[in-house]
Amino acid sequence: MSSDRIAAAFARAASERRAALVAYLTAYDGGFEHSLSCLLAAIDAGADVIELGVPFSDPSADGPTICAAMVRAREHGATLTHVLSLLAQLRAQRDTPVVLFGYANPLLRRGATRFADDARAAGADGVLVVDLPPESAAILREPVRAAGLHWIGLVAPTTSAARCELVARGASGFLYAITRAGTTGTALAEADSDEDAALRRQLALVRAATRLPVVAGFGVRTPEHVARLAPHAEGVVVGSALVEAALAGPSVLGASVRALREATAR
Amino acid sequence: MLRTPVDHRDDDAPGSFGRFGGRYVAETLMPVVLELEAGWNAAWADPDFRSDVARMLACWAGRPSALSPAPRLAQALGTAARVWLKREDLNHTGSHKINNCVGQVLLAQRLGKRRIIAETGAGQHGVATATVCAKLGLPCVVYMGAVDVARQQLNVLRMQMLGATVVPVEAGSATLKDAINEALRDWVAHPHDTHYVIGSVMGPHPYPTMVRELQRIIGAEVRHQLHAEVGKAPDALVACVGGGSNAMGLFAEFVADATVALFGVEAAGCGLHDRHAATMARGSEGVYHGMRSRVLQDDDGQLLEAHSISAGLDYPGVGPEHAWLHECGRARYLAVDDAAALAAALQLARSEGILPALESAHAFAALPEVLATLGFDRGRGEGRDVVVNLSGRGDKDMPTFAAQLLARPETP
Ligand SMILES: Cc1ncc(COP(=O)(O)O)c(C=O)c1O
Repeated sequence: MSSDRIAAAFARAASERRAALVAYLTAYDGGFEHSLSCLLAAIDAGADVIELGVPFSDPSADGPTICAAMVRAREHGATLTHVLSLLAQLRAQRDTPVVLFGYANPLLRRGATRFADDARAAGADGVLVVDLPPESAAILREPVRAAGLHWIGLVAPTTSAARCELVARGASGFLYAITRAGTTGTALAEADSDEDAALRRQLALVRAATRLPVVAGFGVRTPEHVARLAPHAEGVVVGSALVEAALAGPSVLGASVRALREATAR
Repeated sequence: MLRTPVDHRDDDAPGSFGRFGGRYVAETLMPVVLELEAGWNAAWADPDFRSDVARMLACWAGRPSALSPAPRLAQALGTAARVWLKREDLNHTGSHKINNCVGQVLLAQRLGKRRIIAETGAGQHGVATATVCAKLGLPCVVYMGAVDVARQQLNVLRMQMLGATVVPVEAGSATLKDAINEALRDWVAHPHDTHYVIGSVMGPHPYPTMVRELQRIIGAEVRHQLHAEVGKAPDALVACVGGGSNAMGLFAEFVADATVALFGVEAAGCGLHDRHAATMARGSEGVYHGMRSRVLQDDDGQLLEAHSISAGLDYPGVGPEHAWLHECGRARYLAVDDAAALAAALQLARSEGILPALESAHAFAALPEVLATLGFDRGRGEGRDVVVNLSGRGDKDMPTFAAQLLARPETP
């Protein structure tokens, strides 16, 4: 990879002694213009990495907030082609790394190689597919990696040490540790020592399997949540809370991102 | 031994049928699905488990189900072939769904799961799951599209009476596919203590294989029963296909026997150029609900909303083994529309004294085409045997029949 924007983002955050803030937004939520202004606002308020959700008709791993965002995006006519041109517009204006985050069918429907090449051309840095576990991922992972993009691995609270290794073997860029079993949007408890202990156990398994940066997420909504996770991971993911903030417009979203970013100290 | 392409299906990976099948689920569920596969393999190899399943089916669910000759129907269809009805409608709870539920809930118990969830379309799978859960004392949550809740009220009441919680799903088309999405969301939030009883030969491995094996008893009984009646194997088998479990249950025993013609019947809804659920006729390859199979989708890979008058066939996907049988030409798939299914239900009621489920009525509506294809029409087919799977009874569909058939002045 000529210039690895993902590695650079984690290196910069580390040098500033903080976790990277990974912001998820559903592409095309509110239409092209609204979505682009929200992405720019999130980046300008301090998001280090963008996860750009590709709308799908049947998001069976997502909770109500992101499901509703996908419905809105599709009502605005979002297709994969639209999402990629949104990304290209964003890339023309900002250097922040972008991971395309979605379900397999729309990506495979385009043709795995064609998707990988188009994603690369649009300025994507990585791809994360919810319903392609390592055993089933090769069909898309290999073309994506051949195109010079990162294949982001996903580990869950149910993932064993052996599976962590399997996931890590196929992954690059970073690993995403889902910290709770559930759909997106399930809120983290305010302060829960059992949950913290489980989180530490989970992250220890992941660390034993990889040297990649590990980002933690699921249910992270508030600066307090970010502050709790930041010491344990190189990055913290915030999704549903930002999708909600984006509904109120780019400036509200920007304020949320700024507050979250201030809580990332390690 | 006769080799069919299907013999090679396990060469690639477990749970694959040619290119179809596999396991496409979120990582949270992957360890759960692997545990289920190991648990299922061990249970199915254990004679004690199999005899528990067999006993419960015999002493409680009413198996074996009858194989009824249908001479007046055969006469009405103008065939000399014998037409037989495999009477899954006579099972406890009124459909073939109970065969799968008995096996899966006993398995869940064996695996120490304390909570059962299911999706349902027509409500038959939900009722069967709720019934087995009541019998075995397990809590049960059933997800059901809001459209289906409205058109299958009787089954909603049955599930509630059996102590199950029925959760109406408003998302998307508010039908079967959305109920499956919601059940998957529940499962991903409760991966350790919950077993998801999928109601058809679909989803991630091991479900398509496991559900087929639990439904195989349909065809196995047909083989014995028909042999006792006429001393030979059937010439053709006909079944409706939603996800495809009653069809795979009938076919499985005969797939390797190339002399037996296999016909699956999908729902053409308002017509193949209108809204329909004809995944074979109009679908294409996709990855959906944990499997690679055929789906109804647009050019962007978004799923299309299916339509059928029958809630149990109203699904934009199909089990992966059917996609494979279709592709290698071992089975043929026909599509019949809503109106034809309603007419066939009335014809069966008046010729054989049986009110079929709207799902099953699709199999009957395809009989003229099946018989013509086989050359058993116009008084031909002497000495031949065609078995139709009567997958369920029609009580649940009375509101639809009332609105669609009996309300029309031309219906006598
Ligand atoms: C009576 C009956 N037949 C058939 C079906 C369709 O399912 P499958 O294709 O899995 O047999 C249903 C589903 O609800 C049903 O209730």
